Amino acid sequence: MLAMPRVLGYADPLSVAPGETIRFMVGTLDGPRRYRAEVVRVVCGDTGPGGPKTVRVPTPVDGEHQGTPQHLDAGSYVIVERPDAFAGLRRFTLEAIIQPTRVPVRPTARPQVIMGTWAEDARAGFALMLDEAGALAVLAGAGGGREPASATTGVPLTPRRWYQVGAVVDLAAGTVTLSQTPLAEHTPSAERPLTMDARIPPMAPPPAGAFFLAAARRGTEDGRLRTMWHFNGKIDRPRVVGDEAPLAVWDLAADIAGDRVTDRSTHALHGRTVNAPKRAVTGHNWDGSEMDWRRAPEQYGAIHFHDDDLHDAAWRPSLRWTVPADTRSGVYALRLEAEGGPEFWVVFYVRPPRNGPRARAAFLASTATYLAYSNYRARMRPGPSELYIGALPMVDGTDILLMHHPELGGSSYDTHSDGSGVCHVSRLRPIVNTRPTGWLWNLFLDFCLLDWLEATGQPYDVVTDDDLHAEGADLLAPYTVVLTGCHPEYYSREMLDALERYLGRGGRLMYMGGNGFYWRVSYPPAQPGLLEVRRAEDGTRAWVEAVGEYYHSSTGEYGGLWRRQGRPPNMLAGVGFVAQGFDRSSYYRRTGASRDPRVTFMFEGVADEVLGDFGHSGSGAAGLELDAFSTGLGSPAHALVVATSEDHSNAFQLVNEEMNVSFAGADGRFSPAVRADIVFFEHPGGGAVFSTGSIAYVGSLDHNGYDNNIARLTGNVLRRFLDATPFVMPSARPA
Amino acid sequence: MFTIDPRRTDLALEFKGRPFGPHSPELQAVLNVLRGSRHCQNLLLVCVKPHAEWVLAEKQPDGLPPRLFSDPVFSSREEAEWHAFRLRWEAVTGERLTV
Repeated sequence: MLAMPRVLGYADPLSVAPGETIRFMVGTLDGPRRYRAEVVRVVCGDTGPGGPKTVRVPTPVDGEHQGTPQHLDAGSYVIVERPDAFAGLRRFTLEAIIQPTRVPVRPTARPQVIMGTWAEDARAGFALMLDEAGALAVLAGAGGGREPASATTGVPLTPRRWYQVGAVVDLAAGTVTLSQTPLAEHTPSAERPLTMDARIPPMAPPPAGAFFLAAARRGTEDGRLRTMWHFNGKIDRPRVVGDEAPLAVWDLAADIAGDRVTDRSTHALHGRTVNAPKRAVTGHNWDGSEMDWRRAPEQYGAIHFHDDDLHDAAWRPSLRWTVPADTRSGVYALRLEAEGGPEFWVVFYVRPPRNGPRARAAFLASTATYLAYSNYRARMRPGPSELYIGALPMVDGTDILLMHHPELGGSSYDTHSDGSGVCHVSRLRPIVNTRPTGWLWNLFLDFCLLDWLEATGQPYDVVTDDDLHAEGADLLAPYTVVLTGCHPEYYSREMLDALERYLGRGGRLMYMGGNGFYWRVSYPPAQPGLLEVRRAEDGTRAWVEAVGEYYHSSTGEYGGLWRRQGRPPNMLAGVGFVAQGFDRSSYYRRTGASRDPRVTFMFEGVADEVLGDFGHSGSGAAGLELDAFSTGLGSPAHALVVATSEDHSNAFQLVNEEMNVSFAGADGRFSPAVRADIVFFEHPGGGAVFSTGSIAYVGSLDHNGYDNNIARLTGNVLRRFLDATPFVMPSARPA
Repeated sequence: MFTIDPRRTDLALEFKGRPFGPHSPELQAVLNVLRGSRHCQNLLLVCVKPHAEWVLAEKQPDGLPPRLFSDPVFSSREEAEWHAFRLRWEAVTGERLTV
């Protein structure tokens, strides 16, 4: 009854210029199968019967292909690829300080390896681990068909409690001493230190093998390492002592910004992290005296591992396309389809030629936000989401595919399997929900804007957040107008700086959405393909960042809302996020300021007082997430609020950062603060800003065959913004 | 705590006529209870044919896939909302909604 895609893929790079080559990594589900592929330029999403509007682009990759499954080895760990160093060990000690977060693993209990060389394919190696019940255990085996031996304390550890754990192992003598010592914490506990001696059959040293923190080796497939028994929780100060001297003493507080793991012993057994575990996390000795890991690295000597972390899927490239020189800029997709399943969209962006001709308007695709939402599972997990949506959460078969494949990883709105927030999201994996179908949100809704640009014959280029982050204001310099998408929520400092600089040089910004410029994110320089977000302090948060872990590991930046960091969205866009609701959208009503001569151009041909009482997003232009004008938060005093929304439903609630003290009457039926403001203001450099203050706005553009007051208003703004005549600040106007 | 008066079928009819709000304060109170009750908050709407067919599903714990209810099949989101409302009304009040 419910069809799910049977072929998946992703593209790299995400944004490609004519003349450059893009690679597509494609994998099939449930065994090898044939699939069809074609490249299309997407003009409009699936907002009505007939499906998405696309333009087929003939390419050499079009046609049928034989597909094979490509594996996703989710779960983060550290690997030390020095098998020689751990070969021949007869007597050794494994020690660490750990804080397990998932004890036991549900729904299917399994071991969780803290450290060791265990290789399941050879049934050989050694591991200090938590057993199926969550008790400290040792597993050792010499391989060669001989049965491995194990010993356990039999006493499960308590989740989210710190323990010093260790095992002294003498394989020749067949003795093991396990110790699990709960560390003193502020929360009282009746747990006591536990030491247990056990006997195992004497055995020869295990063969050489790579050393892991937080995982074991499963084997190899297609020549690639597969891992298993991932640990959930923090590991701090892991060390291995050989016969007499330390063999490895890993300092996890070193190199936090990257993937390197440093050994402080004389053996230099350095490792690297795989699948981006969370670093810059509080260690066992964090005492709250410092919140910034750079100021007290000795208190941040832990790594938090998750069994569903995923960074680079590292699939083999299946198809390649060198983008012809005359390819127009746009949002493109490799459309994949295999029998028995719906199509799968691998979205990518063709930017204009480097140093080539450009359109005068650019659509700035919110790729940081699309990525933050990528592989969004939260709606499909139990919880009261319906209470803030105001309606049943809605998904389709492509979304549900995620729940059948946890190895695809989550979005930054999800929590890991241990309940901690997902702070890293990767584009180097199949993403099911950046597409022109399904949930009318983000890119899908942005297609309503592109569709209108196409319908009105407006030439435009497409550039992305990723490009903006990397290239700064120079990327935007050729454009007279930059239009954002409907929800540019996630912004790096580099991106904000670039937009400010663009405006300072006379640029014109059309902020075509709501809840924009809200969260601070970083693109980890040492880990391409990742985005990092720390949901610190305040804001409408899908999860709450762990205390003491507000600073990004990748850049050291303080995470959280730009509003809490001296750069509220109001400063850039004139409006900032105030309310959200997801059942029915509403409309705007013109204000007296809309008669100001400064905005006469905006309302030419617009006779209506009520604007946008129609649309694809909840039947109105003012809906989903709303931004309002506030000089207190930095909206320019000279800005004009030309329309404001009203009559919102009960589902629309003031966001918590707008409420210092909880109070009644904060919903759309009672509170005038629940509103979207359409704002215009001039910039001193001759530029200007137009902000819609609502995510739903662009969903109204095509109403009545693109003949409606929202389309006319938007067209008037775009026309004036394309006119190079500088805007003049009101204070500088002749009286 | 607020409890639903099962005689207030007028509120059920208000929801049937306008499932996506705005709602009267009294209906909103009913919805808060229906959507917030622990045994009622795990419903999901699954689109099985774009713009044409939807079914309900139940969210599952521990990251497991939702359990689909293949029957009934709804031809609009409004129909599905009304069906979910009736199911929950009966579950919470113990009385079948006959309007």
